[in-house]
Amino acid sequence: MPEQATDGFEAAFHAMLSGDTAALDGWLAPDGQDRSVVDVYRNSVVKARLDALEALYPTVARLVGRDWFRAAGAEFAHGSPPVDPVLDTFAEDFPDWLAGFPPAHDLPYLAPVARIDRAWMRAHTAADAPVLSSAMVAAMPPARLFSSTARLHPSTTLFWFDWSVVSIWIDNQPDAEPDEPMVWEERPEGLLIVRAGHGVIWRRLARPEWAFLAACRDGHDLGRAARDAFAADPAVTLSTLFAGLLSARAFSTLHPEIQNDV
Amino acid sequence: MPAFTPPVGSLTVGLGLKSPHYAEALACSAAGLWFEIHAENYMVDGGARLAWLDAIRRDKPLSIHGVGLSLASEARPDPDHLDRLCDLVDGLEPALVSEHLAWSRHGDVYHPDLLPFPRTRARLACIADNIDEVQTALGRPILIENPSLYLALRGHEMAETEFLTEIVARSGCGLLLDVNNVHVTTHNLGGDARAYIDALPAEAVGEIHLAGHAPDERLGDALLIDSHDAPVSNAVWSLYDHALARLGPRPTLIERDGNVPDFAVLMAERDRALVHYDAQGARLHA
Repeated sequence: MPEQATDGFEAAFHAMLSGDTAALDGWLAPDGQDRSVVDVYRNSVVKARLDALEALYPTVARLVGRDWFRAAGAEFAHGSPPVDPVLDTFAEDFPDWLAGFPPAHDLPYLAPVARIDRAWMRAHTAADAPVLSSAMVAAMPPARLFSSTARLHPSTTLFWFDWSVVSIWIDNQPDAEPDEPMVWEERPEGLLIVRAGHGVIWRRLARPEWAFLAACRDGHDLGRAARDAFAADPAVTLSTLFAGLLSARAFSTLHPEIQNDV
Repeated sequence: MPAFTPPVGSLTVGLGLKSPHYAEALACSAAGLWFEIHAENYMVDGGARLAWLDAIRRDKPLSIHGVGLSLASEARPDPDHLDRLCDLVDGLEPALVSEHLAWSRHGDVYHPDLLPFPRTRARLACIADNIDEVQTALGRPILIENPSLYLALRGHEMAETEFLTEIVARSGCGLLLDVNNVHVTTHNLGGDARAYIDALPAEAVGEIHLAGHAPDERLGDALLIDSHDAPVSNAVWSLYDHALARLGPRPTLIERDGNVPDFAVLMAERDRALVHYDAQGARLHA
């Protein structure tokens, strides 16, 4: 492709939007218009980025308050501006950035809460796929069930934390009015995020449920998933566990082991 | 590429589709109602947005309005983004497809705004090529919307109406006349809004946009912002009458992107637009 001719205007405008307030001066008409009109564009771009970020990470915003969130968000977006007009994809690295953001060092739950918010948004727009029903599982010959693999629904994300991230996230959902003050303590908690119909739902996971789903997520067969669940809790009732996860719509399709008959 | 021909008759006054209104939009049976979406909000793999849209479009015409192709860039359109637009248009079969006379991408960075530029002949050639590339990929003409301008720039070689007329002649695209943008731009930078509308090639105008504006927070009434967060102003209704008198009936959209009211409130504003639309239609056929 031939080199594109350029008049330098876009580079000057980009520099102005990126903070070099004088970069556009040579392009402004000498007609007495208030020079601060360039701020309209700068403010509009910053506002659009922050509105998008706040929509993607609502629980983080609720936890730290709007002013803190937007001040931090402006700093993040300055270093990692959107690269795609589809703003659903913006700020994938915001949770990692928060983990290293010095003013957030006293708020160690923020980055993991941001990861759950991201999973929620991902579930909202994930690909459509069938939902595995208990009737479909029942149709599989029992002898072949344990060697089958159950694929998770594309909207599914699993979390396991050693600290009370899940409780903090749940207590700060838009409609939540928690009775208890927030507690940040060492307490293992699991969470499933998955789409159900048009909405996205969350469900707490017990350790064996998480182990079972994690094995399926990693492509292992149901036999391995069952062993992992037993290892997490030898007293677990496998049929109850599987039925609960099926009704949570966590799975999409069931695949028998390929039989090499030849 | 055959030149754009306005689809007069089937689409009267439509509304920008907002997610809180999905169920009411689906249930509404008003004659001539259509909906416009921002393309980028539906470039997702699946889920509720696409499911609602697929249901709504079964009995109501749809318009796809892009905000991210950055057609007024000196650079070519992003091929990945253009592919996604092609997929969306193939899947949704909209009555209209439109984009803006603006740019938003510089290198790898996307600025979520519609940015201005000096209207030079060199840039006109770039823009006409960009539009041609998009129309070739889509296999259909698109409409190009006149922008709201705030900043008085050096280096313009052509008036905006002359620029748009030339783009239509070169690329065969149509025009989306945003009446509110005409009001905002001529208020901010000078010029006669009615003369602006009179200077456009009437036969190329395939859609009209109506929206609200607001005074700038700092500069007040000296600078109007195309905010889409308020009802259409009286000045814009009057300008709409002028546009209809000159152009005849054209599919008209009411945009509201901020302070989004109840669906019924937007439908009432649509009814008001229909009174203007029908009055001009009756006058033309009298």
